[in-house]
Amino acid sequence: MQANAQVVAFIPRLRRYARALVGERAAADDLVQDTLERALAKFHLWRRGSDLRAWLFTIMHNVHVNQVRGRREMTSLDGEALEQPVRATQDVALEARDLERALHQLSVEQREVLLLVILEDMTYEDVASTLGIPIGTVMSRLSRAREKLRGLMEGMPPSNRLHLVK
Amino acid sequence: MTAPPITEADLQAYVDGRVPETRRADIEAFLSSRPDEAARIAAYRSQSDELRTLYREVLDETVPERLARARQPRRAGLRRVAAIAAWMALGGVVGWQLHAVFGVDTRLPAQVPLARSAALAHVTYSPEVRHPVEVGADQETHLVNWLSKRLNTTLRIPRLDAEGYSLVGGRLLPRSPGPVAQFMYQDAQGRRLTLYVRSEADGNRETAFRFAREANVGVFYWIDHGFGYALSGELERDALLRVANAAYRQLNP
Repeated sequence: MQANAQVVAFIPRLRRYARALVGERAAADDLVQDTLERALAKFHLWRRGSDLRAWLFTIMHNVHVNQVRGRREMTSLDGEALEQPVRATQDVALEARDLERALHQLSVEQREVLLLVILEDMTYEDVASTLGIPIGTVMSRLSRAREKLRGLMEGMPPSNRLHLVK
Repeated sequence: MTAPPITEADLQAYVDGRVPETRRADIEAFLSSRPDEAARIAAYRSQSDELRTLYREVLDETVPERLARARQPRRAGLRRVAAIAAWMALGGVVGWQLHAVFGVDTRLPAQVPLARSAALAHVTYSPEVRHPVEVGADQETHLVNWLSKRLNTTLRIPRLDAEGYSLVGGRLLPRSPGPVAQFMYQDAQGRRLTLYVRSEADGNRETAFRFAREANVGVFYWIDHGFGYALSGELERDALLRVANAAYRQLNP
């Protein structure tokens, strides 16, 4: 019972990460749901006292690798995906959309590292063990992710491309 | 003897506030001699802030029913899980949950009183075992700058170590109008206090030092210079008063 409550407490954080990773809300919640089901089914395998967050995010990573990446094209954004109306007066909303768009132009591998570091404030060691990669890879992906994101954002001036699509 | 050269990994760690204190001065010296690198690092930092801001609201969304079902164990008798799910759903301003939790009138006033909002935020976040805060006390400068920027003021974080409570860190909570900063403290036994800070509308000039109790949570609160402060904890009134006085003296010198 204690165990389930502990997992429950992480749902909002799992949802935040999934949303940023996957983009679309329903797909992100699918990922969370699959993660929760697997975590609860395998809870006896969790080593009590070890980092539950790292364990849950590892499960999410594995679920994502197995299921979502097979349909990778769903998460990649191209010009055609931007059909939602955008209110040009709301600069803040536009900037947020730009950032979200730019984030989804990173590779999934870069995005994972960036989001665990920034949203979850994980140590680089925890990111490495969560994703099952060497710490050097964490650092290089982090560096590349940031630089690519910076380039993308700088390539999107405030009068942004969405205006052109109109 | 020269310091080891600054690596890209050092700079990344600097962005994330993860450089050892001994290395910080070297990195800052490097950055002051390299405006291009300093600009890059500054861009990374604002990128981090923007990403946190972009996804922060997801934390406060009500957890969808299907996720609640997904986690529901097959075994019976786990009312506590359901209760916690309700707590998780509290998020910001709510109605029936307050009724369930505190047994209070569900018809909330348009503006939830300071003490109740603070108590609600306290019970929502203080039980978090591993991640009670968004930014930890180890990044106190970042914490103060970030929350000051979001609340559009210069925040001070009171030191309550003399009262036995050390800073755990802080987080930003959504509210309309204007966000709320919550700082968390913890004593040696792991008991937690939270300090809730929000801007108050001009009409609300009350400055008295007051006490309220919501369920088990005691709250001392006051309003000063356009900001409302509330210190919440599951403590006896007198014990809480002692700490609240210390906070008050530092916040309103």
